[in-house]
Amino acid sequence: MGKLLVIIPAFNEALVIGKTIKGVRQSLKDAGVLIVNDGSSDTTGIEAKRAGATVINHPINRGLGGALGTGLYWAKERDIDCAITFDADGQHDPDDILKVLKPIHSGNADVVIGTRTKSGWNEIPWDRKIVLTLSNWLTWFLFGIKTTDSTSGLRAFNRKAIEKIQIKTDQMEVSNEFFYEIKRCGLRLEEVPIKVLYTDYSRSKGQKNSNAINVGVKLLLRLFR
Amino acid sequence: MNVLIFPIQLVAIVFMIFAFSRVWLRAREGSISRGMFLFWILVWLLLLVAVVRPELTTQLAKKLGIGRGVDVALYISIVTLFYLNFRNNVLIENLRHEITRLTRIIALGQK
Repeated sequence: MGKLLVIIPAFNEALVIGKTIKGVRQSLKDAGVLIVNDGSSDTTGIEAKRAGATVINHPINRGLGGALGTGLYWAKERDIDCAITFDADGQHDPDDILKVLKPIHSGNADVVIGTRTKSGWNEIPWDRKIVLTLSNWLTWFLFGIKTTDSTSGLRAFNRKAIEKIQIKTDQMEVSNEFFYEIKRCGLRLEEVPIKVLYTDYSRSKGQKNSNAINVGVKLLLRLFR
Repeated sequence: MNVLIFPIQLVAIVFMIFAFSRVWLRAREGSISRGMFLFWILVWLLLLVAVVRPELTTQLAKKLGIGRGVDVALYISIVTLFYLNFRNNVLIENLRHEITRLTRIIALGQK
């Protein structure tokens, strides 16, 4: 199975981070858990350490892309064989980690995306459906990859993907950038259905709908950089 | 040849001399690259020609099928402003990325 690492980017998640880490550790006992504390002003780092995770502290907030980039860089340096990205806000079911690991372990994929739309489309709020549909379309338009969940935070990467992927965006647009990297590096992608647990807390912490335009503009800018 | 018919031309020329001096000073202190220096010198030179010899813009306008010289200047200005705004956005994004890299190095160095 090799060395497994669950990367959890976290910004002001002190209320839920302990519970999220415990859930991950229960589902995946052999995996290391790395929290990239992205310049939180609360006690996220302390709570994460208390729950038994390794913590890297960004001195200032850099956004989701910055935190995931740090986590993947750490995984690359530590010769991790398989890295999983997992949201801190509790919207993922820890048991779904095993589902996204399956295609990696069987050697069928280099990157696996846990898609929330294949089995839980009805549970996604209508406004999120619109944003998600537009984001999926933009990912296809810009990068030529069809996906059913371009903004999913639950992903798995094998060693080849960890070594090759180079994240350049800092904010929410990183979710789309992963698809660009998958294509650029010639990696094999697979999607597996996962559950979606939308709570008031996860909704308040997630991407704002108004930010979707900003993400789109930044992705377009990136093309002409 | 009509030179300095209107006071507005005088004001514009004084402003352009000021602009030239800023470009020259920024280049001398190394704040802008040689390419950017040439770009701005060219921009201000073209504007200077347009102010001193406005009939040239009218001739250009007729060749482009636009009509009035002032319209040509306006269109070129808008396109140039859009381009500069785009360049600024790209520059800001690059700076953000550099800050993230620096943050990463500091964070990993603490471990």
